[in-house]
Amino acid sequence: MLRDITIGQHFPGDSVLHRCDPRLKLLGTVGYIAVLFVAGNPLGIGLALAFLAALYAAARIPYKMILKSLKPILPIILFTSVLNLFFVSGQGQAPLFSWWVFTVYPQGVRYAVLLSLRVIALIAGTSLLTYTTSPIVLTDALESVLRPLGRLHFPVHELAMMMTIALRFIPTLIEETEKIMNAQKARGALLDTGTVLQRVKALVPILVPLFISAFNRASDLAVAMECRCYRGGEGRTRLKVLRYTRTDALCAAVLVLALAAIAATRWLVPGL
Amino acid sequence: MPAQTMLKVQDLRFRYDPEQPQYAVDGVSLCVQKGEFVAVLGANGCGKSTLAKHFNAILLPESGTVLVEGMDTRTDERLYDIRQKVGMVFQNPDNQIVATVVEEDVAFALENLGVPTPDIRTRIDEAMRLAGIWDKRESAPHKLSGGQKQRVAIAGVIAMRPDCLVLDEATAMLDPSGRAAVLDTIRTLRAAGITIVAITHYMEEAAQADRILVMSEGRIVLEGTPREIFSRPERLHRYHLDVPQAAELRDELAKVGIRLPAGTITPEECAQALYELLK
Repeated sequence: MLRDITIGQHFPGDSVLHRCDPRLKLLGTVGYIAVLFVAGNPLGIGLALAFLAALYAAARIPYKMILKSLKPILPIILFTSVLNLFFVSGQGQAPLFSWWVFTVYPQGVRYAVLLSLRVIALIAGTSLLTYTTSPIVLTDALESVLRPLGRLHFPVHELAMMMTIALRFIPTLIEETEKIMNAQKARGALLDTGTVLQRVKALVPILVPLFISAFNRASDLAVAMECRCYRGGEGRTRLKVLRYTRTDALCAAVLVLALAAIAATRWLVPGL
Repeated sequence: MPAQTMLKVQDLRFRYDPEQPQYAVDGVSLCVQKGEFVAVLGANGCGKSTLAKHFNAILLPESGTVLVEGMDTRTDERLYDIRQKVGMVFQNPDNQIVATVVEEDVAFALENLGVPTPDIRTRIDEAMRLAGIWDKRESAPHKLSGGQKQRVAIAGVIAMRPDCLVLDEATAMLDPSGRAAVLDTIRTLRAAGITIVAITHYMEEAAQADRILVMSEGRIVLEGTPREIFSRPERLHRYHLDVPQAAELRDELAKVGIRLPAGTITPEECAQALYELLK
């Protein structure tokens, strides 16, 4: 049951986007998010969505995966767009309709549609990064991209190491949780019945052993890492070194051009 | 000191809590030669794991000295040389694997040591072949069996090209087939000239060693070849230890007047002796 949870929702494949340098993808995603906020006009958002659709096609990721990634935030999209629908007042515009305290202006409709499209583009865009990049590679990219911060004594390597270890131990701890749950059930713990309060209380005998075991594991792991000469990020080499290739340069050029074009629409069409 | 000595421990004393009078390791002296296979036996809490952690400076002695190829473990600037020379594998394979892909985990120690990238590749390939997990190099560790995980841990250590491998109950959590696979790997490593110090509960494993040390209450109480140690079961029982099943059978048969050779301690020897007897 717990084992079905996938972390990072990686969708393995062999497309240009999958093989592309993860640092470029990471920076590209950040750039894409920025551009979505710069070009908040219908043309800009339309272009951004079209560009994203093209990228999904290039990555050969089925469009239904987008729906899957949008599902958890659908309530938020609906909630914000409904609020905007009723609270945005068009200056000097005639209301579309009016009933009791609710008045809807054309400006409100426009605002609600644009905002939800923007959020959709945002989520689908960032999902594309995690679909095409495995968490391990993403961690490497993050370490590499953040490296300049290391000069300001920001613990970049330690952060990346922690992420790697967390990723490594998630399946182990899930397995452990299942074992503990079964052990407690075998001793008569009622985990699936009762009021909310009772169920929360029933979690205590699962969480306590899980935490103790996690701390023991951490201490074991620390000793094992020391035995293998771990001494922080300084002077460390890597098995897999990230390298920009010619394809990456080409991808970067396409990305920069597309993002610049979308951003430029800000000065052509009035936005939000 | 002759270059042939791998580990030399002199009058080592250590306690976890300096407030308590009880020492975990209480005056141990020993010497391990290069290429030797030494097994350390002892009941729970006899100090054998604590002793092992002194071999690569995870713990430092309260008094006495530990020399690794002549280097004192208390010399700070040789710390990583010492840890590279003496690799250590622990009981729980899950708690020793750092990375999410087998080959990256095997490379972990080399990355820490700052080995250039092309050399890392050749060394991890060599280590994974030696440990017999070459075909699993791209798997995720949590998808492997216990025995495979433990061999990943061993590969991660031997990639450092250590001269000595310390196994701290490395087979205790494995099923019989996993244990057999790990023991097979250990035999391969031994043939490659690596010194092995195995801390174990399993008499069958100890029977394969060149020399056995028996510990009790922080001291070494018996020392000898497996034949010597297992020839007198009553001495071992005093320290809450058993003899291998083959030796037990030998002694039970002796009680009813059937004599097998005194050195019968492995299943193969036992089978051979019984065959001779029945022929």
